[in-house]
Amino acid sequence: MKVLMFGWEFPPHISGGLGTACYGLTKGLSKKGVDITFVIPRLGKKPERSHVRLIDYTDVLQAYPAKDTASWATRLKVMAVESLLEPYVTEETYLEMVKKISRTGEKSEVFDLSNDYGPNIFESVSRYAKIAGLIARQESFDVIHVHDWMTIPAGMEAKHISGKPLVVHIHALEFDRSGIHVNQRIYDIERAGMENADQVITVSHYTKKRIMEYYDIPEGKISVVHNAVSRMESIERYHVKKNPSRKYVLFLGRITFQKGPDYFIEAAKLVLDRARNTHFIMAGSGDMMPRLIERVSELRIGTNFHFVGFLKGQDVERAFAMSDVYVMPSISEPFGISALEGAIYDVPVILSRQSGVTEVLNHALKVDFWDVRELANKILGVLSYGGIHDEITTNAKKDLRNISWEMAGSKILDVYNSLM
Amino acid sequence: MPSICFYFQVHQPYRVGKYTFFDIGSRHDYEDVEKDISITRKVAQKCYLPANNLILNLIEKYKGRFKVSYSISGTALDQFIEYAPEVIDSFKRLSDTGCVEFLNETYYHSLAFLFSRSEFIQQVKLHKKKIKELFGQTPRVFRNTELIYNNELGALVESMGYKAVLAEGADHVLGWRSPNFVYQPSGCYRTKLLLRNYHLSDDIAFRFSNRHWDKYPLSAEKFVQWVKQINGSGEVINLFMDYETFGEHQWEDTGIFNFMEALPEKLINIPEFNFVTPSEEAEIYEPVAQLDVPSFVSWADMERDLTAWMGNNMQREALERVYSLEKKVKRTRSQEFLETWRKLQTGDHFYYMCTKWFSDGDVHKYFNPYTSPYDAYINYMNVLSDFIDVLDSTIPSRRGKHEKYQYRSISI
Repeated sequence: MKVLMFGWEFPPHISGGLGTACYGLTKGLSKKGVDITFVIPRLGKKPERSHVRLIDYTDVLQAYPAKDTASWATRLKVMAVESLLEPYVTEETYLEMVKKISRTGEKSEVFDLSNDYGPNIFESVSRYAKIAGLIARQESFDVIHVHDWMTIPAGMEAKHISGKPLVVHIHALEFDRSGIHVNQRIYDIERAGMENADQVITVSHYTKKRIMEYYDIPEGKISVVHNAVSRMESIERYHVKKNPSRKYVLFLGRITFQKGPDYFIEAAKLVLDRARNTHFIMAGSGDMMPRLIERVSELRIGTNFHFVGFLKGQDVERAFAMSDVYVMPSISEPFGISALEGAIYDVPVILSRQSGVTEVLNHALKVDFWDVRELANKILGVLSYGGIHDEITTNAKKDLRNISWEMAGSKILDVYNSLM
Repeated sequence: MPSICFYFQVHQPYRVGKYTFFDIGSRHDYEDVEKDISITRKVAQKCYLPANNLILNLIEKYKGRFKVSYSISGTALDQFIEYAPEVIDSFKRLSDTGCVEFLNETYYHSLAFLFSRSEFIQQVKLHKKKIKELFGQTPRVFRNTELIYNNELGALVESMGYKAVLAEGADHVLGWRSPNFVYQPSGCYRTKLLLRNYHLSDDIAFRFSNRHWDKYPLSAEKFVQWVKQINGSGEVINLFMDYETFGEHQWEDTGIFNFMEALPEKLINIPEFNFVTPSEEAEIYEPVAQLDVPSFVSWADMERDLTAWMGNNMQREALERVYSLEKKVKRTRSQEFLETWRKLQTGDHFYYMCTKWFSDGDVHKYFNPYTSPYDAYINYMNVLSDFIDVLDSTIPSRRGKHEKYQYRSISI
């Protein structure tokens, strides 16, 4: 089985769950004997005129230990397409990026913005689709697999050229990212892609339901393949010396509407009214940050509330290791891999019920994202009553045993086979 | 001549309402009275009233040849008295037939035996008094909460003068032996030990409406055939189950009432069989052996041990904390504190915190008002924290005066 996959981010450049999922899924599929041509948009340091270049996988996977990759990575061919597209870009942030690049003085003959990258995100997406068409002509494959809206036009173009079946994998919908302020053009692309697809894959039943409801896609056309988490057994455990009288509560994610960081802050205020030795860590970056910093100072909880910015690698690990509870208050979370990471690091997890990961992580505390008081109640419960920590983390580990990228890979392989 | 002994457990806990960390110190009403009322009334309509009616009809129809026994927890009795008095009346009518025996248990359906002998004995006495008061009987047979039993309990029960004590006929206790004989607690010489035949009991209580069961559907004829097979290889058949089996765990449309209506006739027509109450069973049959039960057995879950209530640290912490308050509570000499404390001892609160089967979703989930064992634990610990604060602020000062805390139960 050969797959032409349009995906996102590969280590070491991972900015969120989409990249983690792409990495895990390709790993799971490769282990099942699937050959993958993996195409990613990337802004190279030295852009080449050809737009497409082959990346040596050892370069891509350098952040991961050889043991982890050697056996399967040979089935993987990674191609990078020069593009400004990256996960989680919005119409607005794209424009900022374009401006920033033109400001930083790169010569316009190299970065011919109007032609090469597109003056706006939709141009960029359709340019990416054209290159996808070129790749589809060159490569041989049995099925096309794309991840989220920005790669949907690429998948549709590749299908148009090759006539091969298209799988559209939904990790997040415009409805998740933007709530009721949906960008109509993005919605239209998502809808067209799912209608054009031969099969849609979602990361949860939660998202499947929303697709049926908001996009009118028939139930039978949507398969659910839950995400997983890599165990990173080879990485040394971070041991943090804890001050028992200080408790840390962690938020880790993009500071955007979808992730509900504002609810986290309101809950923090309620917790601090009762337990003053609690510290709140908000790790991540995003468009809501300025407003939230203001809110924290307005609530006068700044000495106990810490914005630590976007974390990666070992810093993520350290953040989990020092935390007493991890909170994911997302307003709408198709999956939420970081909850599984919390479980891996032995941190009790509090999840919003509006997240897909609750379908696989039984042993977590669950709240409705809007119920700030209940969220605070649960944070205080975990911090105050000793019995819960070990019980919930031990049992969550058992949940993790039933989850793996290999299992996800074999479910996706079933989907491919059903299309042959 | 094998004797069949029906024993039904009747229990309803007082339910703890939603109580958050923010309620600590600001309100002290822990009960969800509305829920208590609605559940008591619902189960009365679905189970207690129709089942009592059926049993009464059967007793009258067979003119004293059909007999049953009940153990009704004090928390259930109190809620009947308050929210569904017609249930008490119907139990009284049953008692008046002379064919119904009421057993003794801990008033609060508690695990007191595991933590405090003195508290255990007080609760047993309270319950005894209540049964006498309501039904005019002095119980002579004891059964502990959820059939929790070991040698020590057997010995204590004998010292308290009971004729018999009930326990689970668990395989790991019996080994090659059969539950269909009367035994004696290890080291005892008067009190008898009556063991539940869990195969036949669970055929009715759990499997009756299970369509995936290879014996489904269960008819009275079929059940009688199984019972008949015991003739010659046993003297007693103890069918112990939750009374809520009738109409609540097994809904009426499963045919459970029809089954129960048809069963006595089929058995009474066989000359070798009769019905007995636990006291009669203990009088008629001599123990075949003493049974050594060094560790606890119960009738809960596959394990038939204490893990349904004490299997994890949350449960153990909650239990240890609540029982650690005994001296403090009793020193206040406040009836109200005592009652609140005792209501918090009811086994159900700890059962809700069980994580054993949480992933699978089963009987624990069905009986659990909380969405997760962790929620149950946090809620209970919030309540307990408040109760401890209230107690601490009421403890007599050095001068021996009571500083009366403004404590009151607020009814909704």
